[in-house]
Amino acid sequence: MSNLLNISPSPHTHGKETTRKLMFGVVIALMPALAASVLYFGIGAVIVTATSIISCILFEFLIQKYVLKKPISITDGSALVTGLLLAFNLPSNIPVFIIILGSLVAIGIAKMTFGGLGNNPFNPALVGRVFMLISFPVQMTSWPVPGGLSTGYTDAITGATPLAIIKEGLKNGESISQLMEKVPTAMQMFLGNIGGSIGEVAAIALLIGFAYMLIRKIITWHIPVSVIGSMAIFTTILWLVNPEKNADPMFHILAGGVLLGAIFMATDYVTSPMNPKSMLIYGCGIGILTVIIRVWGAYPEGVSFAILIMNAFVPLMNKYIKSNRFGEEVKNG
Amino acid sequence: MLKTFPVGGIHPPDDKLTAKTVIKYLLIPESVTIPVSQHIGAPAETIVNKGDYVKTGQIIAAGKGFVSSNIHSSVSGKINKIDTIVDTTGYKQTAVIIDVIDDEWIETIDRSNDLVTEIKLTAEEITKRCLESGIVGLGGATFPSHVKLTVPAGKKCDLLIINGVECEPFLTSDHRLMLEKGEQILVGVSILMKALKVERAIIGIENNKNDAIEHLTKLATKFKGISVQALKVKYPQGGEKQLIKALINREVPSGHLPLDVGVVVHNVGTAYAVYEAVQKNKPLFERVVTITGKSVTQPGNYFVRIGTSIKKLIEAAGGMPDHTGKIISGGPMMGKAVSNIDVPVVKGTSGIILFPSSESERSELSPCLRCGKCISVCCLNLEPYLLMTLSEKGLFERAEEEKITDCMECGSCSYSCPAYRPLLDYIRLGKSTVIKMTRERNMKSKAAI
Repeated sequence: MSNLLNISPSPHTHGKETTRKLMFGVVIALMPALAASVLYFGIGAVIVTATSIISCILFEFLIQKYVLKKPISITDGSALVTGLLLAFNLPSNIPVFIIILGSLVAIGIAKMTFGGLGNNPFNPALVGRVFMLISFPVQMTSWPVPGGLSTGYTDAITGATPLAIIKEGLKNGESISQLMEKVPTAMQMFLGNIGGSIGEVAAIALLIGFAYMLIRKIITWHIPVSVIGSMAIFTTILWLVNPEKNADPMFHILAGGVLLGAIFMATDYVTSPMNPKSMLIYGCGIGILTVIIRVWGAYPEGVSFAILIMNAFVPLMNKYIKSNRFGEEVKNG
Repeated sequence: MLKTFPVGGIHPPDDKLTAKTVIKYLLIPESVTIPVSQHIGAPAETIVNKGDYVKTGQIIAAGKGFVSSNIHSSVSGKINKIDTIVDTTGYKQTAVIIDVIDDEWIETIDRSNDLVTEIKLTAEEITKRCLESGIVGLGGATFPSHVKLTVPAGKKCDLLIINGVECEPFLTSDHRLMLEKGEQILVGVSILMKALKVERAIIGIENNKNDAIEHLTKLATKFKGISVQALKVKYPQGGEKQLIKALINREVPSGHLPLDVGVVVHNVGTAYAVYEAVQKNKPLFERVVTITGKSVTQPGNYFVRIGTSIKKLIEAAGGMPDHTGKIISGGPMMGKAVSNIDVPVVKGTSGIILFPSSESERSELSPCLRCGKCISVCCLNLEPYLLMTLSEKGLFERAEEEKITDCMECGSCSYSCPAYRPLLDYIRLGKSTVIKMTRERNMKSKAAI
């Protein structure tokens, strides 16, 4: 009988949750949306997603091995999630070299320069996407319309997204009631049969992913619900004030990247606040900023910018917004 | 909806392997090692000498000061030596080592099994008896019970809460005691109520012990003012501040005691010990210990004489399984890993758990993800990730502002961290440093006056 026993302070047991399990949980939650986009956009969705994932993981590996000379941590799944989310924000016909550049910015600049996982202030996938949007505006905004499973990679027919139709139309003096006839119905948007980036089109698929992440306790409800809730309230007010100039709240929530952003991008652990109170404020900030950019800004879509702007406030929120400590403010019943 | 505390908490696997195992008496060993400090407060002073013959229940070390406790011999025999030993906490301390000769009890103990329900002692006499009998909190904290029964002038106690939660995985000693010694516990509760001069007592039990809830609820109808409240299972509900919040929604202010909200909390095991001390005149020299572990062949619950080495318990449970990597005194969440199996069972030993070596090492830590899980499980609403960073960087003043001293070390944060960060290790470091800092500051300000 060996007398050597391990000694360590308590607790002596662990919940068995790991970084990798959480990251792969997010990947699983993203699968319905990926399946939907392959169904709608064909092979292009596969090529874009694969390129993005492979280049994100590869860049993380190369930077850790040759630049930082640190242990390799690509198996933790975080680069995989970044790659997947970056692809979800791109049109399915975008050239491969742009994706590779975007991945380099996402991983190289937005993540690794700050010290890698856990230290980056801004969501890497969104930094990559915004870089691509600004550098390659034409390629980044020529959205293929859904052509079914057999759609080719570069020969897809492109068209404007619902949000772009509204933005352009309003600029040309058309009214919402006229424009609403040109955009897909709420049911079409819910099922995803619309033009848009790979991951954002099928609301139903994103909501399935949301439910999965809630059940697995990967995320809490606070951020997605406050993003969508604040958007609903804000757009309802605008719609009631002037229904001919402003689209209805249902349209705003289902069109564009709100659900993808609220469920998967804004909830990124590293770049979102840590206590429930801050999460709600952060979510409302994203919702309100998104509407402001959509209604008064130059871009038809504003979720990416709204999330990045709110990312910048997270350190402040973590520092100044605190939950009430137990026994701090005593209310005895 | 069953009651529970509102903020934080975790649900570790139950693993109560011995919930149905009847408590047996462990054979008295050939020799016992009885430490003089088995409680919070000043160590007791030995009043016996090498070579003396002592009887079971005889006092061998006397409490020194108000917050201290008497220590009694758990066996009869000859004092072999008084020596320095290593106890379950890993620290060295003085202990009395007795070679056992028969089992001759002191004459004043009523050894019959008759239930004595009539409480003859007055409140003051009860408190005095608890002091004399060396009664301490048997939930694990081992705070001297007579101190908790002495309500200081100006404070008022209106409710006694009895802790039957036993929220740690594996442990079943309180559970079995409630099932097998229910009447005695309820008499014990009545005694505590009389000592505290309160009309009302609530026994809080988690609903993974439905048999105990039913049993005590039925028995409690015969006792005035005692009720049983089922609670939803959630760790760390056995923490007294959490239990008070869960049962009556009173929040103990930061840095204060339950008495500041009019409550005193005692453990069911303590209530049983009080019954024995007051009704049977039996000092605290044995307790129920759960010996368990997934690879243990015969896990069980035992009445164990204080000072018995845990080796004897392990032998009773079928011996040490191969590949045992860690032995824990107490629960897996808050217990202490012991360095060897010669350490004695003390008043605070609620269980001994054997972990296979595959489960006894920590995983490698990775960077903090800022996922916020540590915050969401903290039942005090602290920010463990921040407290760890502050302690790591030596920013103890900031840690003090962030209420590091409120932490009760339940371990939920470390348990939940997906990056396996040793949150609680660093919080302990920070906490002890801050406590030391505050003490020095207070001494300086006193010196200035």
